[in-house]
Amino acid sequence: MSCVISLTDIRRVFIMGDQQFEALKGVSFDISAGEFVAIMGASGSGKSTCMNVLGCLDRPTSGRYLLDGLDVGGIGANELADIRNKKLGFVFQGFNLLARTPAVENVELPLIYAGLGSRERRKQALIAMEQVGLAGKENNHPSQLSGGQQQRVAIARALVNNPAVILADEPTGNLDSSTSEEIMNLFTTLNRQGITIIMVTHEHDVAAYAGRQITFRDGRIISDSLTTATV
Amino acid sequence: MDFIQTLKIALRALRTNKMRSFLTMLGIIIGIAAVIAMMAVGSGASYVISQQIASIGSNIILVIPGSTTSGGLRTGSGGAQTLSSDDARSIGTDCPSVAYAAGTVRASGQIISGNMNWSSVIMGGTPELFEIREWPVVSGRAITQQDEDGAIKVCLLGQTVAENLFGSADPVGSIVRIKKIPFTVIGILERKGQSPQGQDQDDAVFVPLRTAQRNLVRSQRTGIVSAIIVKAKSEELIDKAESEIQMLLNQRHRINATKEPDFTTRNLSEILAVAEQSAKAMSLLLGAVASISLIVGGIGIMNIMLVSVTERTREIGIRMAIGAKKNDILLQFMTEAVLLTMLGGLIGIALGAGGATGVSRFLGWPTMISIQSITIAFLFSAAVGIFFGFYPAKKAAGLNPIDALRYE
Ligand SMILES: Nc1ncnc2c1ncn2[C@@H]1O[C@H](COP(=O)(O)OP(=O)(O)OP(=O)(O)O)[C@@H](O)[C@H]1O
Ligand SMILES: [Mg+2]
Repeated sequence: MSCVISLTDIRRVFIMGDQQFEALKGVSFDISAGEFVAIMGASGSGKSTCMNVLGCLDRPTSGRYLLDGLDVGGIGANELADIRNKKLGFVFQGFNLLARTPAVENVELPLIYAGLGSRERRKQALIAMEQVGLAGKENNHPSQLSGGQQQRVAIARALVNNPAVILADEPTGNLDSSTSEEIMNLFTTLNRQGITIIMVTHEHDVAAYAGRQITFRDGRIISDSLTTATV
Repeated sequence: MDFIQTLKIALRALRTNKMRSFLTMLGIIIGIAAVIAMMAVGSGASYVISQQIASIGSNIILVIPGSTTSGGLRTGSGGAQTLSSDDARSIGTDCPSVAYAAGTVRASGQIISGNMNWSSVIMGGTPELFEIREWPVVSGRAITQQDEDGAIKVCLLGQTVAENLFGSADPVGSIVRIKKIPFTVIGILERKGQSPQGQDQDDAVFVPLRTAQRNLVRSQRTGIVSAIIVKAKSEELIDKAESEIQMLLNQRHRINATKEPDFTTRNLSEILAVAEQSAKAMSLLLGAVASISLIVGGIGIMNIMLVSVTERTREIGIRMAIGAKKNDILLQFMTEAVLLTMLGGLIGIALGAGGATGVSRFLGWPTMISIQSITIAFLFSAAVGIFFGFYPAKKAAGLNPIDALRYE
């Protein structure tokens, strides 16, 4: 399978006044298309920092990042925004939906920035909502949805642009165990349809849904292994 | 992102906080309303003054009996009979910068037609008077030199007098009695409207000067006029004409170091031009004061937009994470600010126009709302939005997506 993501010796140094902190100390890994990867590790080990780099929200201090064969290092802010819009989908721990905005319009949001017309947007948003099992909840505002449903809206929003990769930072962190299971089943289904998923989690049973686990400690990868679940 | 979408997002943001949006707009609403109303009152006033100037006739110098002190106060009796028909004629012929000069006398009395009567001003004047005042007849004929020379008992009626004595009937050819003396109505004068002093200029009857001197006014000597009205050949020649008149009359009246001048010249257009200018300056001043409230309103907008950016930091982060560019965010917040001010501007224009109409209806002040002032007010309100919305929008667009997403 082809490589969607290739990190080579990624470092990220935070500078606070005269203090420096190296959150990523040379991280390298490749992820092929269609993989479902769980990133594990203790709090503060650099997982989110790594996800931000992967999500083109942050630039590494050094190292090379190839996304879909494109070197992301040298490109400008507007192109980065385009990449986030077209190649990546984000799912956050806190859902991060727009309040007082109907679910379907939340899902449409990436398509707005992609420049699609309103009719086409609505069509694709409805398809994405059906994919995550939320048909019929299109006009509910986030406050009128359960936590699990809100996360499904967020996943639909991540899906709607047909991204190469979905990045999820602790997507089940705010959910109870049965709802977490639903979300993980949804991820598994999407992954079977060919979408690459990279997910940060603290929970082993959540990580078990993934086919590969990468473990961080103090800004370094200490293990990278396939799990039995893939077989 | 297309503009319609940006507009929709901005409208939604404004709608979510209706009360706040309204209060924010209030500054702009009041400012624009004040600007519109002040400009309407100011330009109404200067319009009326300029109309009045036109109604008097242009380039006019008035010569009246009595002298003035340097302070402009008239000394001596206003009724002094120092000016004569000969003075008027001499000014007309001997002053090179003068186009026309007409002697006038003034009386008041009853005019009777059949069983109708009306009290009015009766003016005696030579035919030049109507050239000077640019006042044509609309029906019948004007007073001629023959009427003047023969002291014929004919008269021209002002519109108000004609209406009150004859209603809709045509008065030309009828006989009216002025101070019990029968006069033939030969014509009706065009409508003039109010004088700068607020008098109805159409409430007057005109007769030849000599007719008036013989029949309608009493004086110690024959040929006395109560004022001479003069038209200079052009605007540039007014001052020259004025000094020519003074020289001529000084000579004719044998004014010297021991004898005070027994006449005064007044440049009417000049007085009115000053009045017009002060009206204009007034409206400008009012406009300037009102625009201060616009600036205050603009600062209010900026303040609220800054609060809004802070409040919606997370929203900005989300939008950036899913593909919004800096410019999209900048445009979104600018649109919001400009929408606020333009909406406020429109409401303000409506309120200001309404207020101006109310002022003219209930206080009787003349007001004039020009398309120009509406356009300026509208563009200005948009400009306030752009100017005061830019900094908050720039701040929003400059946010780091990670920090914005993490913002609580
Ligand atoms: N903007 C920043 N400035 C300075 N230090 C930072 C910044 N962001 C992260 N760090 C530091 O980098 C380290 C890694 O942070 P990161 O958020 O990646 O941890 P994490 O693995 O996601 O932890 P958790 O599981 O608690 O979310 C932490 O020690 C953190 O203090
Ligand atoms: Mg984290």
